[in-house]
Amino acid sequence: MADSGSEDIAVIGNTDLTPSESENNLKNTMVEKGTSLLKRMEIGVAEAEKRTGKNAVNMQETYTVYLIETRPVDAASEGTNPVPDSLWRRYSEFELLRNYLLVAYPFVVVPPLPEKRAEFVWHKLTADNMDPDFVERRRVGLENFLLRVASHPVLSNDKIFYSFLTEENGWKETVFETGFQAKADSRLKALNATFRVKNPDKRFAEMKHYGDELQSVISQLLRVRARAADRLYGVYKVHGNYGRVFSEWSAIEKEMGDGLQSAGHHMDAYAASVDDILEEEEHYADQLKEYLFYADAVRAVCRKHELTQFELEMAAQDLTSKKQQREELATGTVRTFSLKGMTSKLFGQETPEQREAKLKMLETQIEEGEELVKERNAECDEYVKSAWVDIERFKEQKDHDLREALISYAIMQISMCKKGIQVWNNAKECFSKM
Amino acid sequence: MSAGTPRSLASSGQKNIQDIRHPLCAAEESASIRSADARIHPGSGADTAGGGEKDLSLPNGTPVDTSSPASSSSLLNRLQLDDDLDGETRDLFVTVDDPKKHVSTMETYITYRVCTKTTRTEFDLPEYSVRRRYQDFDWLRNKLEESQPTHLIPPLPEKFVMKGVVDRFSEEFVDTRRKALDKFLKRVADHPVLSFNDHFNAFLSAKDLNKRQGLALLSKMGESVKYVTGGYKLRGRPIEFAAMGDYLDMFTQKLGTIDRIAQRIIKEQSEFLMELREYGPVYSSWSSFEEELHDPLEGVSGCMSNCSSALDELTEDMSEEFLPVLREYVLYIESMKVPTDVEKCQDRVECFNADLKADWDRWQNNKRQDFRQLLTGMADKNIQYYEKCLAAWESLIPSLQDKQEAKDETN
Repeated sequence: MADSGSEDIAVIGNTDLTPSESENNLKNTMVEKGTSLLKRMEIGVAEAEKRTGKNAVNMQETYTVYLIETRPVDAASEGTNPVPDSLWRRYSEFELLRNYLLVAYPFVVVPPLPEKRAEFVWHKLTADNMDPDFVERRRVGLENFLLRVASHPVLSNDKIFYSFLTEENGWKETVFETGFQAKADSRLKALNATFRVKNPDKRFAEMKHYGDELQSVISQLLRVRARAADRLYGVYKVHGNYGRVFSEWSAIEKEMGDGLQSAGHHMDAYAASVDDILEEEEHYADQLKEYLFYADAVRAVCRKHELTQFELEMAAQDLTSKKQQREELATGTVRTFSLKGMTSKLFGQETPEQREAKLKMLETQIEEGEELVKERNAECDEYVKSAWVDIERFKEQKDHDLREALISYAIMQISMCKKGIQVWNNAKECFSKM
Repeated sequence: MSAGTPRSLASSGQKNIQDIRHPLCAAEESASIRSADARIHPGSGADTAGGGEKDLSLPNGTPVDTSSPASSSSLLNRLQLDDDLDGETRDLFVTVDDPKKHVSTMETYITYRVCTKTTRTEFDLPEYSVRRRYQDFDWLRNKLEESQPTHLIPPLPEKFVMKGVVDRFSEEFVDTRRKALDKFLKRVADHPVLSFNDHFNAFLSAKDLNKRQGLALLSKMGESVKYVTGGYKLRGRPIEFAAMGDYLDMFTQKLGTIDRIAQRIIKEQSEFLMELREYGPVYSSWSSFEEELHDPLEGVSGCMSNCSSALDELTEDMSEEFLPVLREYVLYIESMKVPTDVEKCQDRVECFNADLKADWDRWQNNKRQDFRQLLTGMADKNIQYYEKCLAAWESLIPSLQDKQEAKDETN
């Protein structure tokens, strides 16, 4: 669906706030090129601000709003760089948008939002939603979400999405007017119900299983990472104590003093370097989290298929049983046990008029049933087709993105090692001058 | 506090034990101040401490592993740094190696081989190889303290170990002890006065140390003296030596702090290692249900394993080489606190002061070099760790990217 255009999609984002170059590059590579929306428009989430106001129950609350900026592509390429259009939205509005998309396009693997609460935190990070680091990472995640939607061949054409980006007032009303809320509730109910499908599509069953495994393994990975980050922090910080003791020691030495003192400073620098290291690693964790949540979205699509298939099977089953009833009524043989059959046996047969009426009713029902089965069959086929297209698209995207993530992780590790070598070489030089 | 597991006794690793550099070798003779008792060494042509020989060896005889550039260049550095080396002649080399277990009906104990090479005329032969046990070293030290009360006698490793807590026959314990005993003898051998002591000569050369008569009695006497007079050897000395006492106090304290920090780092690193070890398997299990991503994820898993091994080595090195050396220094200083009978040398006070000052200076100089070496070694180990990790990650990148390029080409 997405043509491999060679256009450069520039992104307005507040990139000078991002901690490293690699994150910037990744953002560019993650954006799929070629949807008509992105050809027209640049999208970004530039800033975050704290607001206070009265909430639904008339209580004071503090919340964060995010500035969505849009700019026509032509203007930027002309080099004039006009002021972008912008509006403020809070997290709950993003959630509303996503819920709408889930209902409106059940066959799409809808991109996930950044996490609602900080999970898989290591010791130093607070789980506080007001924490500036958390807010910043959320800003990046929200921008990522918008770019994902804007680069999706189906979702990018949605009008509600477009007005989310462009109409500050009245957007919420517009969404509710679609009546998606009612569908959302029944969808949730259906997705959570347990039912058995007789003929599941093998591909979807496998994909659902994949979603389960992906979710499980990424959760594990994030847990290990959090613990490892905690430990690594400890290792680096304790080296700072060397700085202090070398300084004290140098005071009682004559020739050794200078070397010790300088070495101590390098130990302090080493201890301080862990903060940047862990901040960069946080970005990798965020990339993993995105796919953790994507796994959920994939599972939802597979579940929806099951539901569709189940409804088809139910309709078919119902039709079959009605046809059987008709046959029994027409031939007078009772093949299946039914209460009606028993009562007529016990209390006497029906009159020919009654039978005629019943037969007529059944015929109507069978006709309706056949229509329903046809409808549902078509629905199922349609769903399977569209959903599988999007799943294939998702798979390609996932392979690309995760590979990029691993590469950038490796680059991060390399940078960390190089810094370590440099610091210890500096310290070694000081020691050798002792 | 070692993070490693005890190895079996026999192996000394891939290197010949002779070639393994002593972690804390007293370096070249560097004190410019000679004590009054020092014999005048005949100026001999062979300068064995110079760097010109094809077999590089440390001044006290331990051959240097020349395959390691770090060790030979640092050796050369130290040789070049010290001006006093030129007039020096080494004529006595001592090593302690080859620990062996002896089992008899009465007891089980370890003996060590003590090898001596010398050109000194005080010795009948140019070479000796004898076996000694810890008791013998203890005897020697007591004798030295007794007969050379004006000098600082180097310390021995701990005499008593709690049975049941420490395995006296584990390779780790035996090797640590061996190193300390080797250090002890080298320090005595380097000492311009102590090395000419008759007891030392006997220790190195006699087939069977005839010591039993005096041993029990003497060690008891030594103990009583220790309890009668407390404080430093320097007590009652002129004021200029009081500063030495203060220095030793503060220095001990700093060493204690460094010991605690190092232990803490080892602990944190071990705990980090535990988590690091979990990464590999998780990435591996992820790769098992991926297609495109199978190889990259396996690659990352392998990388994590390599980093784990590297960290394991670092932690082990710090435990087994850094900490023991640090602690040995603390013991050394402790030993300087134990005095000999002061009254015995009242008539030789002048001589005593000069001896002590000379020993102090050489001790200070040795200490400076020892710590330079120790800390440089610590830095080196950390550098090596990061270099191993760097190599692992760098080798992974092309394999992560290659596929991508191949994939792009086919699109």
